[in-house]
Amino acid sequence: MEIVKSGKENNLLVVKVTGRMDAVTAPEFEKQLTAWIDEGEIVFVIDFSMLEYISSAGLRSILVIAKKLKSVNGKIFLANMEESVNEVFEISGFNSIIPIFDTVQAAVRHGIAS
Amino acid sequence: MFSIQLTAKIENMEVLVQSVSSIAGKMGFTAKRIREIELAVEEALVNIINYAYPCGVGDIKITCIQEDSPRAFVIEIEDTGVAFDLLSLKDPDISADLSERQIGGLGIFLIRKLMNDVQYRRKNNRNVLTLVAYPPNET
Repeated sequence: MEIVKSGKENNLLVVKVTGRMDAVTAPEFEKQLTAWIDEGEIVFVIDFSMLEYISSAGLRSILVIAKKLKSVNGKIFLANMEESVNEVFEISGFNSIIPIFDTVQAAVRHGIAS
Repeated sequence: MFSIQLTAKIENMEVLVQSVSSIAGKMGFTAKRIREIELAVEEALVNIINYAYPCGVGDIKITCIQEDSPRAFVIEIEDTGVAFDLLSLKDPDISADLSERQIGGLGIFLIRKLMNDVQYRRKNNRNVLTLVAYPPNET
């Protein structure tokens, strides 16, 4: 898995995740996002266009980050998921607790407006 | 039939999962279905790695069987750890909001939702979890 900053709009950080978010790699996501939150970033759009796989360990790390952001009045938006990743969010009901957008642009527009 | 046995530790997860998915690939499952199988296997393995051997180390054995009538891909995942029936767990509350949301039980829930059949049995001091996926119809 690879996690990179791919853009910045106002106070909103766009982060691109590539590869697999599984029990081995998900802790890296949590660690990296926590480091950026500690640096003062509180609004994130996560570009999942290159994410090919997610398991409950990946969902867990996203939940941890979302809760952490809520406690500092921050926000996280997810964008551009492929079908099999989206399915995991739907089955687990995560699509109702984390806002998901079809495109990064839509998520960024929403993030800036909110 | 194919089987693989390795120590129950997170470093071995990828090899175990890939060994199952490469067989699924040869059986003609779609890429999407293969990811669902990988997901179910990962969730089962993580559970064993985290909970089966609280006082030491032990193994995970995976056996893959291709059945003919009806056509089925049967994945048996065994450990010699603490007796635990995954299927006895209650479903998580998937309607809870962000602050109420708990992650526990989600892995098992995903296994149940994604596999065509899931069974548990305790046999010779082993936990045996059987996952079944039906391959696409041959044309």
